Amino acid sequence: MKNAVGREIPEEALAVELKNGRKYEPYQGKGYRDGKYIKKAGPTSKIYQKPQESKLLPSIRDAIIATGLKDGMTVSFHHHFRDGDYIVNMVMKEIVDLGIKDITIAASSLGSAHDPIADYIEQGIVTGIQTSGIRGRMGDVVSHGKLKTPAILRSHGGRVRAVEEGDVHIDVAFIGAPTSDEYGNARALGGKGDCGVLSYAVPDSEYADKVVVITDTLVPYPNFPPSIHGVNVDYVVKVDEIGNPKKIASAAARMTQNPRDLMMAENTAKVIAACPWFKEGFSFQTGAGGPSLAVNRFLEPLMDEKGIKMAWAIGGITGPICELQRKGKVGKIIDVQDFDVAAIEDIRTNPNHFEMTASEYANPANKGAFVNKLDFVVLAALEVDIDFNVNVITGSDGVLRGAPGGHPDTAEGAKCCVIVTPLTRGRMATICEHVVTVTTPGDCVDVVVTDYGTAVNPARKDIIEALDKAGIKHVPIKELQEKAYSLVGKPDDLQWKDKVVAILEARDGTILDVVREIKPYEN
Amino acid sequence: MSIPRPKPERFRLRRTMMFMNAQKPGLIKDAYIYGADSIMLDLEDAVAENQKDSARFSLYHALKEIDYGNTEVIVRINGLDTPHWKEDIRVCVAGGCDGIRIAKTESAHDVQVVDEAVTEAEKEFGVEVGRTLLMAALESPKGVLNAVEICQASPRLFGVALSGGDYRKCMQVKVIPGGIEMLFARGFMLNAARAAGIQCFDTVFTNLNDDEGFRAEVKQNVEMGFDGKSLINPKQIQIVHEMLAPTQKEIAEAEKIVRAFREHASEGVGVFTLDNGKMIDIAFVPGAERVIKLAKASGIYEGDL
Repeated sequence: MKNAVGREIPEEALAVELKNGRKYEPYQGKGYRDGKYIKKAGPTSKIYQKPQESKLLPSIRDAIIATGLKDGMTVSFHHHFRDGDYIVNMVMKEIVDLGIKDITIAASSLGSAHDPIADYIEQGIVTGIQTSGIRGRMGDVVSHGKLKTPAILRSHGGRVRAVEEGDVHIDVAFIGAPTSDEYGNARALGGKGDCGVLSYAVPDSEYADKVVVITDTLVPYPNFPPSIHGVNVDYVVKVDEIGNPKKIASAAARMTQNPRDLMMAENTAKVIAACPWFKEGFSFQTGAGGPSLAVNRFLEPLMDEKGIKMAWAIGGITGPICELQRKGKVGKIIDVQDFDVAAIEDIRTNPNHFEMTASEYANPANKGAFVNKLDFVVLAALEVDIDFNVNVITGSDGVLRGAPGGHPDTAEGAKCCVIVTPLTRGRMATICEHVVTVTTPGDCVDVVVTDYGTAVNPARKDIIEALDKAGIKHVPIKELQEKAYSLVGKPDDLQWKDKVVAILEARDGTILDVVREIKPYEN
Repeated sequence: MSIPRPKPERFRLRRTMMFMNAQKPGLIKDAYIYGADSIMLDLEDAVAENQKDSARFSLYHALKEIDYGNTEVIVRINGLDTPHWKEDIRVCVAGGCDGIRIAKTESAHDVQVVDEAVTEAEKEFGVEVGRTLLMAALESPKGVLNAVEICQASPRLFGVALSGGDYRKCMQVKVIPGGIEMLFARGFMLNAARAAGIQCFDTVFTNLNDDEGFRAEVKQNVEMGFDGKSLINPKQIQIVHEMLAPTQKEIAEAEKIVRAFREHASEGVGVFTLDNGKMIDIAFVPGAERVIKLAKASGIYEGDL
């Protein structure tokens, strides 16, 4: 059956069983489930009526045993420690050593720090993966059909929806925390590996049957105000190190000096400034990549010129937006993740820099997330096609190597979603006829800025009119694609086997696309 | 695959000329995207002595295979005191570049020597004789003092440019904010160029972190009457274009002149007075037309002239 972005969704994918018995549907277009209802799936929570002295257990192994984790269960993790994370590998090693098998990992995201999981997949111990990001060796083995069930890939908002709706049921959540007290009140600040916020772990703490907090810095009770509330936590474990602090909080990204990136950033800022929503009190989100990050710098003079300020910025936060706030040009920063030391330092000290939960950020099934009130979002892409569909998950070789993250959530929510990407990368056309995998549907993408020109989604007549009025040149996206192919050639189609190895969920839980097992390229 | 280029226009808009190393494929493959009026592919200082031949290969294929569209493509060749310049010229002409920048020009003779070599190459490669344009770079006091004869040395010559680095070295001065050390060279060269009816371009500004200094220098260039400037980084392009753009008032005035002159000319009247009392004759027209052209290139012209 073809879905609303023209992708063939095979029966095999539609038949995948969800924990709550909900049946998969193909993607129906943006806003499809708006106004409908969900029944939230609460956890089975243990009663602790008698006063406990402490929830501390001596080791991760003891915690796993105490939670009653057994074959066939689902465990969860968050990705606030990014490439510095030790938690996933430590916990999974103990699970495997205990002989527990048929485990599903439901993480907010997984990265290159988690290569050892690839072995457990190959050994058939990990049989399900539900995540936003999938990279490195894990992406490789899944793309080669080694995972027993199709991986389910969700946006950050889509994951919260899936957890709350019960599509996935977390049996045990393992939550790494920079600091915790012995009752499990956990914070992202004050330890050896501060990560700023613990937003993505909050739904896990509320919806998992059992919750284990793992920290390397025990602090006196009560560790307030907490991100993870002790009332939701069963056990606390102290380990030597939760992660590598240098990789948890990377040094502030240097502003790109690449003239190509700078030009694209400047043109993106001009597009934003030409739109009717660029007025006093606008809201904004941008990514941490080179050109996206540089948009901050070009936006500032345009704000000054018009004499306006930004009311709030959300998202993964980086130094430049904090700097803009210090200059008095941003009202509030609402933070779901910190990408650099500067952002972490800022949330530590700045009373107008707040933590939000993953649900508040992007969940399409709550009563109105921040993304719904967003004016502008600037995003990157691996590929964009002539229907404005975006791919951020599969590489040009068809192998899983990315993450939808907040991309589909912000794209659907924001009034104006701008993708900024060079026309070609090496020998690959970024603007193409058909993306390998649709991760953000084209009906949510409004403007594409490349080094060779800007294209506006023809559905957005209002933006076209605004750009014309401002004298900003734009071309049909087909023209950009043809230019890209004239430079680097038309790529051969990838070759696939039949097996579906991953399901790309739209944020509302319909199926946007599938990824099949990759076939080694043959001429 | 060979991309045909239109016949170069001797007097076109050249607000910005961006230098880039002809040897770097990543730079020259799509240098036009930044919007400079002209790009300057460099075979001279940017290329190491033992890489001159490989740079020529890279340049030739770029000229043949990359569609630079309306962006003018000029090549800076090695000096006449080197063993490279003749072969540089053959490659430029065979590849079909729009113009050649003669480095370290010191006399009319230097221009004529290059002119002859270009003619020879045009005949050798079956290129229309006279197609390839020339510009001369003045890099020494001698070159500056000979600007008058240099500017009149060849019908191929569209302009003359100052090269500040070498000139300052000869004069034993350093870069001074405000440009007092270059005042004579700039002023004299401008006069020589205007006397000969050719264009005139200012030298590069090399401190990429000094936006304010760059703007000040461009402002002075505009006030002195330069047609354009040599650049070393794409981020300088838009600044020059913005600062060279005429004001709406200037555009309105130019429109008035051009329209009024056309009307009066059809009635056989050569001199007339505008509604603001300003007396206009044919001498005002080229200036007014230049303003309209600049406004169009700057993307700020909304009229229909």
